[in-house]
Amino acid sequence: MNLRRTAAMSRKEFTQVRRDPYSLIVVLFLPLVQILLLGYGARLDANHIPVYVLDQEGSQDSQALLKAFQASPYFDVIKAVDNYHALVRAIDADQCKLGIVIPWDFSERLADAGRTSVQAIVDGTDDNSAQLAEGYAQAVVATYASNVQLDWFARYGLSQQATTPLSVDYRTWFNEDLESKNFIIPGTVALVMALMGALLSSLTIAREWERGTMEQLIATPVTALEIMVGKLVPYLAIGLADATLCAVFAVGWFGVPFRGGSGAFFLATTLFLIVILGIGYMISVATKSQLGASQYALLVTLLPTSMLSGFAFPIDQMPAPIRAITYLVYSRYYVSALKRIFLSSAGISDLVPEVVAMTIYALVIGFFATRAFHKSLQ
Amino acid sequence: MNDVPSIVVDKLVKRFGDFTAVNQVSFQIRSGEIFGLLGPNGSGKSTTIRMLCGLLTPSSGSATVVGLDVARQAEEVRQHIGYMSQKFSLYNDLTAIENLQFFGGLYGVKGRALDERIAWAIKMSGLAGSEQLLTGELSGGWKQRLALGCAVLHRPQVLFLDEATAGVDPLSRRQFWELIHEMSREGVTILVTTHYMDEAEYCNRLALIDQGLIVEMGTPTKIKQTAIKGDLLLVECSPLGGGLAAVKQAPGVLEASVFGAALHVVVSTGRQPLTELPAFLAAHDVRVGRIELISPSLEDAFVSLTGSRALGSESYQ
Repeated sequence: MNLRRTAAMSRKEFTQVRRDPYSLIVVLFLPLVQILLLGYGARLDANHIPVYVLDQEGSQDSQALLKAFQASPYFDVIKAVDNYHALVRAIDADQCKLGIVIPWDFSERLADAGRTSVQAIVDGTDDNSAQLAEGYAQAVVATYASNVQLDWFARYGLSQQATTPLSVDYRTWFNEDLESKNFIIPGTVALVMALMGALLSSLTIAREWERGTMEQLIATPVTALEIMVGKLVPYLAIGLADATLCAVFAVGWFGVPFRGGSGAFFLATTLFLIVILGIGYMISVATKSQLGASQYALLVTLLPTSMLSGFAFPIDQMPAPIRAITYLVYSRYYVSALKRIFLSSAGISDLVPEVVAMTIYALVIGFFATRAFHKSLQ
Repeated sequence: MNDVPSIVVDKLVKRFGDFTAVNQVSFQIRSGEIFGLLGPNGSGKSTTIRMLCGLLTPSSGSATVVGLDVARQAEEVRQHIGYMSQKFSLYNDLTAIENLQFFGGLYGVKGRALDERIAWAIKMSGLAGSEQLLTGELSGGWKQRLALGCAVLHRPQVLFLDEATAGVDPLSRRQFWELIHEMSREGVTILVTTHYMDEAEYCNRLALIDQGLIVEMGTPTKIKQTAIKGDLLLVECSPLGGGLAAVKQAPGVLEASVFGAALHVVVSTGRQPLTELPAFLAAHDVRVGRIELISPSLEDAFVSLTGSRALGSESYQ
């Protein structure tokens, strides 16, 4: 490989990116837009879930339960209605996400049997929010129930000491506040790298064909390997710069911690970019059309990175067959590395499995990419 | 000019599926010679030149450029050649100087030599003062000369020009050919393809190519002499179609065809066509305007050799 020719190719490619408005948008704005959108938009927490209540009893007990809901930061009790029909209409009209129905015999049954129930109607159109609302509602009711139980034990003379329910003190590590932004934003870097890398690299060869410059290029002594390396090196550099930008933004704007080593961050990002750029390049060679190439490239890079990498959907909650497939998705190793670099203090030595897996991918993709292009018009 | 063959083409064949684009083509070009492949579009000119540059692999036959086999030593061949294709494929989003630097880098020209060659190319192409303009903003003639500059930065021994003047104004074309002749005097072997007759006249030797076959080869003068076996007449008449039909029946007429708004008619030597023909045509209700003896052009030669009417018009670009 001749370095002078490779450098000439890199310089030309970089100049073209600098002059192309489309490429500049991809390089400069896409990362920021992505991280802002996902940082703000893809919060998986639910706060202030709007609630309607139908208190058919209106007793002291039922009011106490509703107060528990009111006191919770997760719920806003917006309105009390007086019939079931009004409650259903409110859910249909999307005025509330949760409806709570306290039956007319609530406190009577509580007193008689010590067992009673309330009905919670959850708007399930958004499955994620519905699950959260349901979970929070159960928590509120459980707290209320245990208070009632404690009162009951106390009233019947049982020792407080003996009956205090086992209390579980949760402590979550690495994401103490259990904030979804800490879970989402590190993975966003992977999404930005996949999107940017695929969009830019998929154009490289196709653009030469479409603009008619390929014929001239083939007629020079530059080799296929020099073309590939020369074309992709600028995008690797741009990718690393964008990754840094994303990390700075994640920490500075969203307050996501960055506890791991920056060496590990750049190593993992470089390996991931090699895979993404190699794939984009091969697609560009195969399709010879910029539009087709960018679409295929997004399909094979962005889609698995957003769906199967554990970026937003935790891998251990996936069904077993899908979970097995994720081991083949190169992005899962990068996302896993990113999360650990940001949230735990992982350095390179802590990320051996991820680094090994990504190195294997980078070598395999790199090998095939060097063989993809032949200097011929046929 | 010396007698060492710089390019040797031997029974070169290129097939695309069932279609034979280049059929058993053979020729030799001496160092410093300007050799032209003349023929209509689709006749196999570009395919031939692309095989010689190592852009396409021959189906059979062989060719060497500066002694290197184009099929097996394509990468070495590319060190010694300059190639300019029909679309002067420069990067429109780079400036003139950036294009030169890029190709200089690819050809391994460096340091002082590169600076000198870039300065030469800027001067040659008349781009002094416009080096920083984007190539896409340059006019056709400038772009073309810049492309030539890019193709010869490394002082190649052989220059391939594939329809390199297509779509450029006549003045720029003439300037371009002056540059070509200058390089030829410096010993550069030049192979051009064209469908412009006036350009073909600039070549030292020509091969007329039609449907993948070489139909005639030689100097422009010799080709014109051998192709037209008789005297050539220009006949202006009306109606033109009726005139053509009638004149073909006239005694002594060997062939006739429409050229622009007139007929070109070949009659066997030794007759008196200037008096005979007007009388014959008048008898067939054809009004004759000007009629005169002319010297044959390459186009006449081509039409006579191939029986086709395919050359010379811009519509074939």
